[in-house]
Amino acid sequence: MLEPISISMASLNLPALLPMAILVVGALGVICIDLMAKGLNRSFYTMITVLFILLDLGAVIGYNGSIRGFFDVMLVDGIARIAQVIILVASAFFVPLSLSHRHFKEFKMAEYYALFMFMIVGFQFMVASDNLILIFLGLETSSLALYTLIALHNRAKAFEAAIKYFTMGALAAGFYTLSALIFYALTGSVEIHQIEQVLIERDFEPLVGVLAGTVFMIGALGFKLSLVPSHTWTPDVYEGSSAPLAGYMSIVPKIAGFVVAMRLFEMLVLSGVVWLEYILYGVVVLTMTLANITALVQEDVKRMLAFSSISHAGSMMAAILIGTTQANSALFLYWTLFMFTNLGAFAMLWIVRHQKNLWDERYQHPFTKFSGMVKIMPITATIMGVFMFALAGMPPFSVFWGKLYLISAAVNSQFIWLAIIIVLNSAIAVYYYMKLVIYMFLKDPVSNDAGIYATNASTPLKVIVGFAAMMTLFAVLFVEPLLNVITKYVIASGF
Amino acid sequence: MDHILSLIVFFPAVAGLLGFMVNKDSARAYGISVSAIEFLLCLVLWIGFDGSNAGYQFVEYSPLIPSIGMSYYLGVDGISLFLALLTSFITMIALISLSIEKDVKNLIISVLFLEMTMVGVFLILDVILFYAFWELSLVPMLYIIGAWGSAQRLYAAVKFFLYTFAGSVLMLVGILYMAFLYHDATGVWSFALPDWYLLQIPFDTQLWLFGAFFLAFAIKVPMFPFHTWLPYAHGQAPTIGSIILAAVLLKMGSYGFVRFSLPLFPDAAVYFLYPIAIIAIIMVIYAAMVAYAQEDMKQVIAYSSISHMGIVVLGTFAMNAEGITGSIFLMLSHGIVSGALFMLVGVIYDRRHTKLMKDFGGLASVMPGFATVYGIMLMASVGLPLSIGFVGEFLSLAGFYKVSWIMTLLAGTGIILGAIYMLTLYKKSFFGEVTHEENKGLKDLNGKELTALVPLVALVVILGVYPKPILTTIDMSVKKMLVLMEKKAIDPNTSKFIINVNSIGGTK
Repeated sequence: MLEPISISMASLNLPALLPMAILVVGALGVICIDLMAKGLNRSFYTMITVLFILLDLGAVIGYNGSIRGFFDVMLVDGIARIAQVIILVASAFFVPLSLSHRHFKEFKMAEYYALFMFMIVGFQFMVASDNLILIFLGLETSSLALYTLIALHNRAKAFEAAIKYFTMGALAAGFYTLSALIFYALTGSVEIHQIEQVLIERDFEPLVGVLAGTVFMIGALGFKLSLVPSHTWTPDVYEGSSAPLAGYMSIVPKIAGFVVAMRLFEMLVLSGVVWLEYILYGVVVLTMTLANITALVQEDVKRMLAFSSISHAGSMMAAILIGTTQANSALFLYWTLFMFTNLGAFAMLWIVRHQKNLWDERYQHPFTKFSGMVKIMPITATIMGVFMFALAGMPPFSVFWGKLYLISAAVNSQFIWLAIIIVLNSAIAVYYYMKLVIYMFLKDPVSNDAGIYATNASTPLKVIVGFAAMMTLFAVLFVEPLLNVITKYVIASGF
Repeated sequence: MDHILSLIVFFPAVAGLLGFMVNKDSARAYGISVSAIEFLLCLVLWIGFDGSNAGYQFVEYSPLIPSIGMSYYLGVDGISLFLALLTSFITMIALISLSIEKDVKNLIISVLFLEMTMVGVFLILDVILFYAFWELSLVPMLYIIGAWGSAQRLYAAVKFFLYTFAGSVLMLVGILYMAFLYHDATGVWSFALPDWYLLQIPFDTQLWLFGAFFLAFAIKVPMFPFHTWLPYAHGQAPTIGSIILAAVLLKMGSYGFVRFSLPLFPDAAVYFLYPIAIIAIIMVIYAAMVAYAQEDMKQVIAYSSISHMGIVVLGTFAMNAEGITGSIFLMLSHGIVSGALFMLVGVIYDRRHTKLMKDFGGLASVMPGFATVYGIMLMASVGLPLSIGFVGEFLSLAGFYKVSWIMTLLAGTGIILGAIYMLTLYKKSFFGEVTHEENKGLKDLNGKELTALVPLVALVVILGVYPKPILTTIDMSVKKMLVLMEKKAIDPNTSKFIINVNSIGGTK
């Protein structure tokens, strides 16, 4: 017979669950409203979602309880809080992109917004826990919601993307459970910090077990983070999803994945077992380089951006490989700056979306579409140009500062070759980003009709893009305060 | 005059932004006015410059990202003062001579942004911002070549951009490694160049860092074998692009040698002296030979630029006051002369729409004014005594004579070869009978072109006869730098070498 469990409410530290609870209530609320009042406008749902996200953000920032909670499965430490802030800010910018000029079926459905909020909850659980089972639940909640969101776009390509993502995701989930199982078998615990303790006590023996667990985990997280060789789904899924959702997928699921990877891999890298480091090193270099080289030959801007975001994820894994406080701060700094620029770039694709493939049978956004854009829509072209140069790491735009800090972290911990590989990759990357700039600025326009480029433009979209452009242009002014906050939290959580 | 440097750096950019509001009919006048004001500001800077102070003047400092040691740090000394002046002067002259009508507003705004980045490179003392200006200068130039160039412009623009961008990424690693070394030694993060000057770096590390910086500068100069982007860029660029490219952008590379490579890594600079000198001599002779083989007038001048930059590099690595001062003066004179020559090619191209020498002949009788100005510039380019080209070339070679007389002799043949290809060009185009019917009706220089060219001719003569005011100011800062190099050298042989080449009698 089981012993009765008696635990005081205070020790459960329920406020740690408050941020997630807010969004769950929001999501259920949206479903209930939909049951009662049919035909509400998408702007209503959008703004309600934004409001709940903001409430959630307030709860995350305002939380000042103990870092452990709810049977010790919750871990609200510094990196969990920064990651949640990044997730929520990116989400708050993403949702209003539904207010495009043209109407899309998915944005009329209340389920879309409910699923979106459930997905955020999943991500939040992923980052705010070091319990492998809770992380798994978060991962699956968010992934299942995301598959559905992709399919809701209701195009043939979208279904293809959703199914592809789902099948590959199922495989990754299998890997994850296997890895968690192995670690549990080795150490008798599913809490990362306890696994770490036991492994250190045993001097990482048996090595074969640790290796198997690590490899399965790289397979599982590598899928989420689109690391080579589990990156193949990325371009197809991005191409099939709507442009904003693709931009969102390139940022938010990844930051959640990075936090998990940071918690798990840094302990393994620090173990001193050399080949663990080599595996990661290989993954990092391959991800950056192969993705960059593949991006060179893409004919579609969205696919190019997909490969480029894989390459950016590769640099982030480099931060995890380096593993110093500076590198971990660099990861969050980089990703915050990258968030604005990349969301901006994908939002631009959303603005110039046209319901027909006018330029190419296969692709929605081939490079030729942007030919001579500066002559038709100079401001649009200039903003897109800024985003491209920023993504390429041109100073003084946003991503450059993240890259600078990351390379500096690499150099400071004697990873000189890694630093050189990163900069050589940015030299390769500049070519494909510049390709778009060349099309926009140096070629002659295909058609002089500005109308076909602006069918989807609306004020909310323009405001979001304008804001992203401002953040990209003037990043140098807020890098310092941002870096201070990030470093403070990263140090506080012991990374 | 507390913030005059910020004003000089950002005035063109602000004016460029406001330029979007100017109607395109008045865009050219706007561009000329802005660049004239900028030039006046630089003149004011020169007047206010204390000629007896070898250090940085008009310094502006405020922390920008203190946690990584980045600051907004501007300052000017004898080395950078005249390069900034040259930049503003050439930009003004280039805009005066501008004859492009298509999208002229976009062109002028790009030129103004380019001016900001170029002046910024010369005046900034924070290395991260230096890198930022360095990279940013590629973007307007990419647009200028790619949008207003001739048939192969896209290829040329992309090649220019990729070459220089790829070259400088390793410099970024070098910069960050320098910051790491500085932090290691002092416990403080700093990207301020004057701070870095005080740092002594172990010999092996110096070699690597020297290499990382060298690649970026060598591609920009451009040094053999990284020079292949230059003829393409010049061949395809519009006249204004060629003028600015030859007169200022190339100088960013040689300025980098003087500002970074020598004072930061004195031991490595001495260690690599002979290999670099050999490359420089190859540049001088090989580029001169290639120039002789060209049929296109513009390509001749493009290759002659490479040849002259070879002498600049040689003078810089002479490691003595004459050589370095001479090489800086040669940067200025080459800026003026090659700018003028490209402008002259532009003049004839506007009239005939060809740059091939075989399409000309006998131009001297049709366009006497044009032929005279061309002749003067050509002589200055060859390095005729009493012209501006002679001073820098002579001092650079005289400086290197103390290092190795035989190498100096080889480099000196560059002057002879220069005379050969330049005079051949002149003979083919200007002398003899007018063989082509179209050439008979060509008009001589008009008022606009004269306005742009006369100041250049005046400078060629005045500074050729009396270069002293400029030389003394440069010399002072150069000597200060040499003392620093001698003091901080790790290897006693380096100090000995620097003292030797700087004393009368020399090493041999």
